[in-house]
Amino acid sequence: MENRAGLEYWIRGLGRLTMLLMEVVKSLFTQRFNWDGFLQQLHFIGVKSQSVVLITGAFTGMVLCAQTYFQFHKVHMDSATLAVVSVSMCSELGPVLTALMVAGRVGASMAAELGTMKVTEQIDALRTLATHPVDYLVVPRILATLVAVPLLTIEAISIGIGAAYVVGVGLLDIDAAYSWSFVMKYTDAHEVYSGMIKALFFGLSIALVGCYKGLFCEGGAEGVGKATTEAVVYASITVLMSNFFLTLLLTRLFGS
Amino acid sequence: MIEAQHLSKKFGTNVVLDDVSFTVQEGQRLVIIGRSGTGKSVLLKHLVGLMEPDQGEVLVNGEKLTGLDERELLRVRSRFGMLFQSAALFDSLSVAENVGFVLQRERKLSPKEVADRVAEALEMVELGGTQDKRPSDLSGGMRKRVGLACTIIYHPEIILYDEPTTGLDLVVSDSIDRLVLRVNEKLKATTIVVTHDMRSVRTIAQRVIMLYHGKVYADTTPEELFASQDPVIYKFVNGISDAKNNGF
Repeated sequence: MENRAGLEYWIRGLGRLTMLLMEVVKSLFTQRFNWDGFLQQLHFIGVKSQSVVLITGAFTGMVLCAQTYFQFHKVHMDSATLAVVSVSMCSELGPVLTALMVAGRVGASMAAELGTMKVTEQIDALRTLATHPVDYLVVPRILATLVAVPLLTIEAISIGIGAAYVVGVGLLDIDAAYSWSFVMKYTDAHEVYSGMIKALFFGLSIALVGCYKGLFCEGGAEGVGKATTEAVVYASITVLMSNFFLTLLLTRLFGS
Repeated sequence: MIEAQHLSKKFGTNVVLDDVSFTVQEGQRLVIIGRSGTGKSVLLKHLVGLMEPDQGEVLVNGEKLTGLDERELLRVRSRFGMLFQSAALFDSLSVAENVGFVLQRERKLSPKEVADRVAEALEMVELGGTQDKRPSDLSGGMRKRVGLACTIIYHPEIILYDEPTTGLDLVVSDSIDRLVLRVNEKLKATTIVVTHDMRSVRTIAQRVIMLYHGKVYADTTPEELFASQDPVIYKFVNGISDAKNNGF
């Protein structure tokens, strides 16, 4: 009985999420766009995530470089270290870790803000002022996330590879010329395309889950707390699970 | 004109509205009273299409709200203004941005004209000069007044008030009641007030509906309400509870 209720809850949630996405697409093509809201969100997601994304990108690149070097050094493949870092950062670690950081910071914030608006009747007030919450609140957040997450991902990848180069060449004495040559040889354009497509998909998932959890939040302060936690957990799980399937799909599409 | 026809609403097994019917004429001041939890606020949300009834219809100027999608409801709601119990001001916006929200969204007026209309609405609720304050800087009474300014700035045909004086002291409550009257006289708007404050009933009401166990128990004038000897009405109007003194 409990399993059936849980299944119903999940199916209802998926249905609402799909309806929300359809409403967003409809609003994009039929309603006046809220530029002010979009720019505010772009600033919040893009500019204010700088420190988190820079630190994540840099230290991921550095530790990946060190660990790869320790293994490759045993088989005298030191100069392939940076190529491994570059490919991993472009197609997997850059998009996934950036998305997880954004899910923690931005997804939580969206769910908390919209959830608070819901429980304090601000969403109802918006509706009585003849304004659709999707037009005013959801569309700017989703579009801003779709723009910001790929840009933050590019930044994290660049910083990661740069930091790995500093560690590898400066600290571990890897040959700079060979390393760079291998980076250029093994990092194909499709690694970068894959990373960007993933970043777009992750951005959409994070914003959609955050807005959905906020808009359908119930039960006062406790409900807002629950919605915020669930937004982060579900967005992170979506990122990690979809990454596997996207990797398979994109590899099939672009070739390995 | 607003018509509620046989409205029923349940939350789980809890029946909140049970076959509620009434009509409010244009320009009329109706006050809906009843004990906490009798469905007053739920009824108000049905009238503006924020909730859908399990059974029954709401008609606004002859147009059925039931079955309309959210975007069609927005068109109908543009005739309404609503003051929420918590005032429901947008925390992220200043007082001026809150009050001018609808005018800015419509983009029919220049920023200067919007600013003038905002100043005029704030003057009407006796809060001139508060444009740059944030909602968090305001007291409960001031928030209610700003909420009212948000509503009256676009001259709605129908204004709904959800417990406008709850949580306010008697002096501030009286000023809010007089403001409701002044707005009704100036805009000639149909006014529906949900309250359990008997002073508000005396000041505002032309007609009173009392809800009891989700049903319309009385639909009367304020004079008849206060003169009534019906035990349910008498106890409610005079604030007499059924609780027994158990010796503590």
